[in-house]
Amino acid sequence: MEGQPVQPAPEETPRNTNPANVGLELFGYVGIEAVLDQMRIKTMKTGFEFNLMVVGQSGLGKSTMVNTLFKSKVSRKPTGPGYEEHIPKTVQLQSVTHIIEEKGVKMKLTVTDTPGFGDQINNENCWDPIIKYINEQYEKYLREEILISRKRKIPDTRVHSCVYFVPPTGHWLRPLDLEFMRRLSKIVNVVPVIAKADTLTLEERAEFKQRIQKDLKAHGISVYPQEDFDDNPDDRILNDKIRDKIPFAVVGADKEHQVNGKRVLGRKTKWGIIEVENPAHCEFPLLRDLLIRSHLQDLKDITHNVHYESYRVQRLNESNRLALSPVNGLLGKDEVESDL
Amino acid sequence: MAVAVERPANDELRNLSLSGHVGFDSLPDQLVNKSTSQGFCFNILCVGETGIGKSTLMDTLFNTKFESDPATHNEPGVRLKARSYELQESNVRLKLTIVDTVGFGDQINKDDSYKPIVEYIDTQFEAYLQEELKIKRSLFNYHDTRIHACLYFIAPTGHSLKSLDLVTMKKLDSKVNIIPIIAKADTIAKNELHKFKSKIMSELVSNGVQIYQFPTDEETVAEINATMSVHLPFAVVGSTEEVKIGNKMSKARQYPWGVVQVENENHCDFVKLREMLIRVNMEDLREQTHTRHYELYRRCKLEEMGFKDTDPDSKPFSLQETYEAKRNEFLGELQKKEEEMRQMFVMRVKEKEAELKEAEKDLHEKFDHLKRTHQEEKKKVDDKKKELEEELSNFQKKKAAAQLLQSQAQQAGSQQTKKDKDKKNASFT
Repeated sequence: MEGQPVQPAPEETPRNTNPANVGLELFGYVGIEAVLDQMRIKTMKTGFEFNLMVVGQSGLGKSTMVNTLFKSKVSRKPTGPGYEEHIPKTVQLQSVTHIIEEKGVKMKLTVTDTPGFGDQINNENCWDPIIKYINEQYEKYLREEILISRKRKIPDTRVHSCVYFVPPTGHWLRPLDLEFMRRLSKIVNVVPVIAKADTLTLEERAEFKQRIQKDLKAHGISVYPQEDFDDNPDDRILNDKIRDKIPFAVVGADKEHQVNGKRVLGRKTKWGIIEVENPAHCEFPLLRDLLIRSHLQDLKDITHNVHYESYRVQRLNESNRLALSPVNGLLGKDEVESDL
Repeated sequence: MAVAVERPANDELRNLSLSGHVGFDSLPDQLVNKSTSQGFCFNILCVGETGIGKSTLMDTLFNTKFESDPATHNEPGVRLKARSYELQESNVRLKLTIVDTVGFGDQINKDDSYKPIVEYIDTQFEAYLQEELKIKRSLFNYHDTRIHACLYFIAPTGHSLKSLDLVTMKKLDSKVNIIPIIAKADTIAKNELHKFKSKIMSELVSNGVQIYQFPTDEETVAEINATMSVHLPFAVVGSTEEVKIGNKMSKARQYPWGVVQVENENHCDFVKLREMLIRVNMEDLREQTHTRHYELYRRCKLEEMGFKDTDPDSKPFSLQETYEAKRNEFLGELQKKEEEMRQMFVMRVKEKEAELKEAEKDLHEKFDHLKRTHQEEKKKVDDKKKELEEELSNFQKKKAAAQLLQSQAQQAGSQQTKKDKDKKNASFT
């Protein structure tokens, strides 16, 4: 029940400008904070949607990673020996949608896989289908949004996060990686991860990360969490810590083994068991925390407020220019405000 | 390059069971944290006659003192006065805007009383719609000024609703969440109150006025909302003064015959109103405003402007094109008007120029005329001067001649006298 100094406000009609800030002291408990619970209840009732896309060459462990993240068989791909994966001739996009629930919170999770990416001999423009898909989702949402009679809740199929799997070469980012990330970080939140990180020692890992970070900076690629969208100093500090560790070196596993009397998810090899959830072994917990436990809402917000808005601006400007009549050569500026 | 997107049909959504703790149960908290850092907006409209207790009730509801002077009764019409305040409770920041109807019910002719109110509500919707339709927009930090709740203050006559009330509420019910309350309820006795409430509710129903329904679809709040709904309209008493009751100070109104305690549920329904308005349904009020009232306004406004949703096979962006065409039309009109104004301006300038030239010519003429007159005068004067000089010189000449004659005559005279004298002298010798 804090207060701020009382200052009388002049009479005014508030429009979409900031209100005359009159901070008032409350003499007793009012109950305004109950609105937080109200909001919580409402959102739990409507449920959440989350759309994840995984991109990377075949064999990097994308499906396993998704299964590990959500602790269930999200991806329907059978993973095990004796299974020969059919590599498609072109990049395809496959989506599966599941409803998962945890402690009363319902989430509609959609995972889009991209088999065939980077697998051909000539991989030119293999990112085009992916870009097309992402833009199609924005388009769908935009069309719903400009309808006269809109749905109460517009179904959200926009990709909130794109996890890009970098093969653990230990050297540099390959041209394919750079091209892809450069193009996609402009339209979607890209989270790069080093796949199959159990092939790198800790020193090799650190060096690889440094080089990748340098590479990304040199090419002006801004991956999630983007520096420009830090709201306040607290966020900045938190995100700086994360940015230090990007890309996360992850290992995926969906089998459980017995370690020190506990059952843990891990990969069993002749020289030891790599515990997926052990921060000393790999950075999977960091990825999971980022994607799910702490920044999920932020991923969605940035997709909605930044990427979707810039798509919308671009799209509306396009149709502006299309609708130009030769008589009225007035329009054509890039940001014309609507005037009803 | 062919792109095939393999997607399951919609009903193929599978329910998956998790074999461990994933952690997305923190999602509601993430969402709530985001909202807390941004702050909440809540806008209340108070409609009621002057002096019915709107400001006092607001002070009592929010446990604070909103600066306001009581309005006079001589307002020529209804106008809306909006004031914004920032309240903070623990870590929740609330941007509260209270809109007051000044002069409501004071005029002799109250026909148009509802109009400024409807206009105000529409203006707020319009502002939001314009922001939403902008190309470059920033909705996530837009200060929402749409009215979330309308408290309609009913005068405690004890009989029924006034016709002004019915008309106003009917005009507002599709635009805002109306919560009717009986003001100054301490003037009504308990049994009369019950009759009064039923009469009001039945009148509302028979006139088709849609007041705000407390939501009963959510298990956690369904019960409390249902029990509270029975008591509508809430009979409230507002007071910011504290009276000692027992060993506590509580808000109350002191009369010679007793003390009306504001927070005593046996005395009035203030606690119920506070529960419903703030503690239980604030979020629902905001949501209803956005998803029902605002959408209705938007749909009507866009249809009015001539947009239609397309049928599935025609081109999907006809909204945008129609809108563009309209905008071009509008801009064309603007341009035309601009041209007209420009031409008128040019014309006026020319006229003024001609006038000025005329005036200049006149002045020149006058000047010439004056000059000429002056010269003539001068000449006359010069002539006269000459004449005078001539006369003068003539006179001088005459004078000189006369003097000469005179002196000659004198000389001759004196010579004669001398001659005479000489002669005389000579004669003597």
